[in-house]
Amino acid sequence: MNNQGRPTSPVAANMNERATVSGSKGLDQAEKLIFEVGTPQRTGVDLPEPKGRPSRLGNHARQGEIGLPGLSEPETLRHYVRLSQKNYAIDLGVYPLGSCTMKHNPRLNEKIARMPGFADVHPLQPISTAQGALEVMSVLSHWLMTLCNMPAVALTPKAGAHGELCGMMAIRARLDHDGASHKRRVLVPESAHGTNPATAVQCGFSVDEIPANAGGRVDMVALRAKLEGAGKGSDIAGIMLTNPNTCGLFESDILEIADLIHDAGGYFYCDGANFNALVGRVRPGDLGVDAMHINLHKTFSTPHGGGGPGSGPTVLSDALKDHAPVPYVVKTEDGGFDLVENPDEKSFGRMCAFHGNMGMYTRSLAYMMSHGSDGLKQATEDAVLNANYVQASLSDVMTTAFEGTCMHEALFDDRFLKDTGVETLDFAKAMIDEGYHPMTMYFPLVVHGAMLIEPTESESKGELDRFILSMRSLAERAKSGDVESFKQAPIYAPMRRLDETLAARKPVLRWTPPVDVAEAAE
Amino acid sequence: MRYLPLNKDDRTQMLSVIGVESIDDLFETVPKAARLEGLIDLPTHKSEQSVEQFFQRLSNKSTSAGSVPFFCGAGAYKHHIPASVDHLIQRSEFLTAYTPYQPEISQGTLQTLFEFQTQVALLTGMEVANASMYDGSTACAEAVVMAHRVARGKKSKAILAPGLHPHYAAATQTLASTLSIKIDERECRMGRDDNVINHIDDDTACVVVQSPNVFGEIVDLRPIAEKAHAHKALLIAVFTEPVALAAITPPGEQGADIVVGEGQGLGVGLAFGGPHVGLFACTKKLVRQMPGRVCGETVDANGERGFVLTLSTREQHIRREKATSNICTNSGLCCLAFTIHMSLLGDAGIQKLATLNHEYACDLADVLDAIEGVKVENDTFFNEFTVRLSKPAADVVQALADMGILGGVPLSRLTPEGDPNLLLVCATETSSAEDIAAFGSALKEILS
Repeated sequence: MNNQGRPTSPVAANMNERATVSGSKGLDQAEKLIFEVGTPQRTGVDLPEPKGRPSRLGNHARQGEIGLPGLSEPETLRHYVRLSQKNYAIDLGVYPLGSCTMKHNPRLNEKIARMPGFADVHPLQPISTAQGALEVMSVLSHWLMTLCNMPAVALTPKAGAHGELCGMMAIRARLDHDGASHKRRVLVPESAHGTNPATAVQCGFSVDEIPANAGGRVDMVALRAKLEGAGKGSDIAGIMLTNPNTCGLFESDILEIADLIHDAGGYFYCDGANFNALVGRVRPGDLGVDAMHINLHKTFSTPHGGGGPGSGPTVLSDALKDHAPVPYVVKTEDGGFDLVENPDEKSFGRMCAFHGNMGMYTRSLAYMMSHGSDGLKQATEDAVLNANYVQASLSDVMTTAFEGTCMHEALFDDRFLKDTGVETLDFAKAMIDEGYHPMTMYFPLVVHGAMLIEPTESESKGELDRFILSMRSLAERAKSGDVESFKQAPIYAPMRRLDETLAARKPVLRWTPPVDVAEAAE
Repeated sequence: MRYLPLNKDDRTQMLSVIGVESIDDLFETVPKAARLEGLIDLPTHKSEQSVEQFFQRLSNKSTSAGSVPFFCGAGAYKHHIPASVDHLIQRSEFLTAYTPYQPEISQGTLQTLFEFQTQVALLTGMEVANASMYDGSTACAEAVVMAHRVARGKKSKAILAPGLHPHYAAATQTLASTLSIKIDERECRMGRDDNVINHIDDDTACVVVQSPNVFGEIVDLRPIAEKAHAHKALLIAVFTEPVALAAITPPGEQGADIVVGEGQGLGVGLAFGGPHVGLFACTKKLVRQMPGRVCGETVDANGERGFVLTLSTREQHIRREKATSNICTNSGLCCLAFTIHMSLLGDAGIQKLATLNHEYACDLADVLDAIEGVKVENDTFFNEFTVRLSKPAADVVQALADMGILGGVPLSRLTPEGDPNLLLVCATETSSAEDIAAFGSALKEILS
């Protein structure tokens, strides 16, 4: 082996992993757990000395230490900055996770969310002292209802899946109110997000899967067979449909689907995860939708924060709006705002403490107002344009799952990797070495080895061209028979591939103090 | 538009690569009847400056907790948050990352989650914890559903103690209403939590007890755990103020099987009720029934320690309709804030913080108890307690607000059936002696 010159192959590149004494690799600093670096008596917070007055805890006082390590402020800062540098992020590069809408998170939104009249207001202080916060909720509601052409919105759901729960609970409440408690079957396409069937079951419904047709859309023959002539007396409660669907395609039969479900006495739940393809161009209310959650953390740019917090306001049709959860904001006669906190007979109740995720309301409203009706429409068009540009630029070296143009995300399958020995997972890990976060992989389930790419409107053409170049070169490298480099990937990430099987088989879910050797020997 | 990088030339070039003439061609799969012509009836785009001004005006219309004497608790608590917490959570790498599904480039989030899980386990005295829930109330609801999963449908009853926060009870009832879970009738009353013991029977899947409860009273969980376990029921212990757990015997040492609560009090601001962060801990035995994301330790191809999301076979994206819960989000950034605040405090810091909270609350109790028409109802408390007023609490709180004091939460605000003269008040390390004195003299004036 030639160890003299510049590394020329991935195997030689492994030389980068020569052990250092510190364990760090240049800017990539090795960092232990706080429990391994802190000590109980150290602290990064100065507090006044307690007076030592008699306690009123009764006989409930905690005995002994908690076992938490203490760190000074500089140690804490350094620890978490070092950890942060082991994360990929939108601010760092293309993050084309399909169905996740990883768009730019404007910093103005962060500034606004931290204004004291929103960030430092208690949820239960008198209504008269929280008028500004309530007005934000009211204005946000107006924007969401107008964009969707729907007459009501429940703001409180705390995430997309919580919004699904809200919509399906409203459907159930309406059915029960109409004495139709026998209607408990919900149709869910097999391409649906996993949350859809999980939500339906959590709401006490049974799930009936609808297959996809060869074009990646709902198989209308199968759907008609289930619904035609079913009538209002049937057990059909509704359908949960994502539109555009998880294959990145608009369900072009959607108006017929809505009619069929309504004729069967059911309701149409639309999963709004992909609303970024529609804002300002298509309104869910015009599609016959009865309920749809909106992921403020996808479509309306609130940060994903490494997995939350999200927010899933749910728009509701005339048929469902009386069953909305509490609390909600109403306008008062004097031009102020009030909060309805106690459910009436029709409302299905309360989904969480307080009023939902205010911090996401301010951010998303700031985003919407910044764009305005013209900018929101442009953003939608750019998102769809970017996805189609990626699809068109890769379709000769990768295999698109379905013919024709897509909406805001491009779906590829793994046929182009056939007989190469490279799998979707390997391809994704190789993207990491190119400096990109991998696309969504192995989802939707209806496509073999799926690769779902959603570039969003936040990418420039130059950035997309570089991305396309990398993807093309990876596809060509895979076809050239270089399996090994894919199996090794990633090599330029802070860590090599992790053993997920081991993690699941022998779960270690927390740090525990090392066992003293002498003690263990006893 | 400042957030959109494409220009007109880019768009034209890209359309030609795609092989279509106009952007409309990309929307042709949308039925004609549903295509929107023109712009939606909403204002057009605005500059950063004018959006900021709009919100600044609205912000000024609310009274912020930090600007007045402030004594509200009841599930959301005002604590001082060190400046480094907010600085760190705004690092791009934390703020703008997705769920750590690609562990090789997500170790920052994952290691933090592992630290978070350990901190929560230590604070609650439990063996394991998950990577957080939406908030305390939804964590409570999910715990009840989990208890029924553990009972495998053989037990139908869930008992909610009278001191459980009414919003937590309501959220639990909502989630349970569609499943075959019977919620034992409850009335939000003070001093009756021990009575749940009389309701526990063989049909009981779980009993849910909050301590300190919504009235601030600390509840002895041991006898309840004993009775529950005798009937093979689970004890779900709830808390709304995480700082309290640094001062009182943790639920894990009192026999709790599941511990759920709100973590907002550490690192996360009031934010008018959200986002907050739900904490969820349980015994090791129950871990595979636990909802939500979990982070676990493993090694990479070089044998180096690393972290991954694990036990995902419980979750919706794998199990679909057989999942333990439909949840696919945690409260990522809020749980990061919690973790950083906890790291800064350390063992010594958090115990001192808890002591200060308790002492200031004791000071407040002394001041209020001395006022005619005010009686402290608690035997024990941590940093919040209940007072009985000689007038309806809602009126008194409004009168206080008009005098520039946010003086607690009337029980009737939480539950319309609640005793109208009961007021829940709270003091933390942010409650100065001057503020407490101002609260006392204002209350005296209103009640005289």
